[in-house]
Amino acid sequence: MTFEWIQIPYALLTIFIVLNYGLLMTALIAKIAARVGRRHGIPIWQNYADLVKNYGLRSSITHGVMFYMGPVFRLTGGVGLLLFVPTIYGSVMFSNLSFAGDLILALYFVFFGTLGMALGAAESGHPYSAIGITRGLSQVTMAELPLALAVFAVALHYQTLSITEIVAAQQGGFLNWTLFTNPLAVAAAMLAFLGSMMRPPFDVVLAPQEIPIGPPTEYHSSYLALMQTNRVLFPIAKIVVYMNLFFGGATSWPEFFIKVFLIYMVSVLVGVVFPRFRVEQSIRWFMIWAVPIGILAIVLA
Amino acid sequence: MKPELQPRRVTGPDGQEFEVDPLRDYYCEAPPAVHPPAYLKIIEDLFNWARAESIWILGFGTGCGAIEMRPLMTPRFDAYRYGIQWRPTPRQANLFVISGYLSVKTLKRVIRSYEQMQNPKYVVGLGSCTINGGMYWDSYNTIKRLDDYLPVDVYIAGCMPRPESLLHGFMELKRIIRAGQAEGANDYARNFAWYKDNQKRVIHDWDMPDYNW
Amino acid sequence: MHDLYDRLKTRFPLGDWIARRPDLAFVDVPLAQLRSVLLHLRDQEGFTHLVLLTAVDWIETGEFQLTYLLCNRRRACDLGLRARIARDPASMESIHDLWPTAATYQRELREMFGIDFPGSPRLHEDFILEGWREIPPYRRDFDTLAYARETYRERPGRVTRDPAAYMQQQLDPGGH
Repeated sequence: MTFEWIQIPYALLTIFIVLNYGLLMTALIAKIAARVGRRHGIPIWQNYADLVKNYGLRSSITHGVMFYMGPVFRLTGGVGLLLFVPTIYGSVMFSNLSFAGDLILALYFVFFGTLGMALGAAESGHPYSAIGITRGLSQVTMAELPLALAVFAVALHYQTLSITEIVAAQQGGFLNWTLFTNPLAVAAAMLAFLGSMMRPPFDVVLAPQEIPIGPPTEYHSSYLALMQTNRVLFPIAKIVVYMNLFFGGATSWPEFFIKVFLIYMVSVLVGVVFPRFRVEQSIRWFMIWAVPIGILAIVLA
Repeated sequence: MKPELQPRRVTGPDGQEFEVDPLRDYYCEAPPAVHPPAYLKIIEDLFNWARAESIWILGFGTGCGAIEMRPLMTPRFDAYRYGIQWRPTPRQANLFVISGYLSVKTLKRVIRSYEQMQNPKYVVGLGSCTINGGMYWDSYNTIKRLDDYLPVDVYIAGCMPRPESLLHGFMELKRIIRAGQAEGANDYARNFAWYKDNQKRVIHDWDMPDYNW
Repeated sequence: MHDLYDRLKTRFPLGDWIARRPDLAFVDVPLAQLRSVLLHLRDQEGFTHLVLLTAVDWIETGEFQLTYLLCNRRRACDLGLRARIARDPASMESIHDLWPTAATYQRELREMFGIDFPGSPRLHEDFILEGWREIPPYRRDFDTLAYARETYRERPGRVTRDPAAYMQQQLDPGGH
């Protein structure tokens, strides 16, 4: 695919749409959870207020250069992932900056934010941050393994490393989705998906009742606002990858919204059913359940 | 002063010796600055709206009144619908609810937590004890007037105030923030010497820097 | 529980038996015998749990009364041993070797009453008060009210009312 300058404003428009969608969707999910608990729940625009408030705080302090860079890296991970993956299949406007080998780059971006966060939070010097980072890195690394296996199974399956071509191969009815043509890879990837969504049972990194909120303990005002922005952007960017690889992609924004919401709800539903794993438990769980499925998917592909 | 706070020489794990002065190394000694609302009026109004709609309370129960904050999270009162939520770290909190009596020992921790919060920040005094000492008016170790030590935006009277009065107090705080009158953090910075003087008058073993962010 | 008193009486010189409830009694013990009574109760009579250790200031007679409250879990009964020590200088044998928890109570008594327990661990560390400069606050010659008045600024306008009379006046202003 050739590069044209008009792609840059188009990609920014994608980010804008996804950001707003993410802010509203996470609020909606919090509201659904509240209604399940017979509460009224937060207003649907609560995330906007939180975001503006945090950007609008008048003072902030720093613990060093990496403390600045942590949230920036984290946001780079989310934005970068979104930029290099086609959001809407077949649309010139929303194919973003996708290119032939974007699958490898996407895998890299998934991990990038966590690494940046590790450096930043470690510099804050708070012990809870250090504990959270140790847990987060070990868990994310472990969850990444089945995802990588599944992605390579899919790449072998379609004989390409371009996400656009993978989506193209899945068009023409839902039976062409990877979900049905290569169910093992999808199973491994969805298990990895649970592990990287920071929801129970894999939320030991934040562990609200234990190490209050883990890595971001020292982050505040604009730093925190950057991380909040990423918090809504990154899961959706990741879901876009999943949607493209396994669930046939999306050809229009309504289809995109519905598919992203449903994939997100998978982790929410799993989260309300299962209690929290400790790190060594979750690693063992990935080793026993997710990794063998991923290896099987590669072998069969 | 506790021995671990004294300046001393330490040998690191690599055998290198270096000086440690905990009170200087781990804290900032710069006094708090006044941060004026330097934006356009319309932007400041937008920020004030956001601040009023997103009140993050520091999860630090300083006295028995903290028991009245728990029901606010339950389905019956559900403070979340007003944009109120609890944060575990002072860095991210905007509102400090002094819940009930405040002993001198707790006051020290309260000051440290308050100073770690970022401008703008608000303080709500919950219960009679924060107003005039309440039933602890003759106690040897509880303060009587909270506003001598921290700038207070709203007092909620009662012993204990019901969760409904707490919600009403939060609504009142929202009104003050929307009107741009909740400038407690700047008041604190402006009258810093007076507040520090009052604090040091009751906290005798002052073993922290005057300002620790 | 009175059979316990009879058994103890044969071994130790004890004061009167004051039964407060069927499962709660107090007895005065001479200071010299206190440790052996505690040991006997712990090892022979099953009073394995030190519930609390507290003091009462008898300023009139110049004494502190220490109360060691023990619990027998199996028989579900409590026995309080009371011993008197001189008020000034107040010093008492430490029992942290019998019950490690006693060290904490002794720290508290040192801080609140100024009773010394030589050999008790961390005795002189701050416990509840930090930077206290006056005489220990639970001693009865410490004037709490005067201290509070002079240390903490009052807010004018505070009124004290008798609750019963005030409520009656509120509910029935005519006084019928």
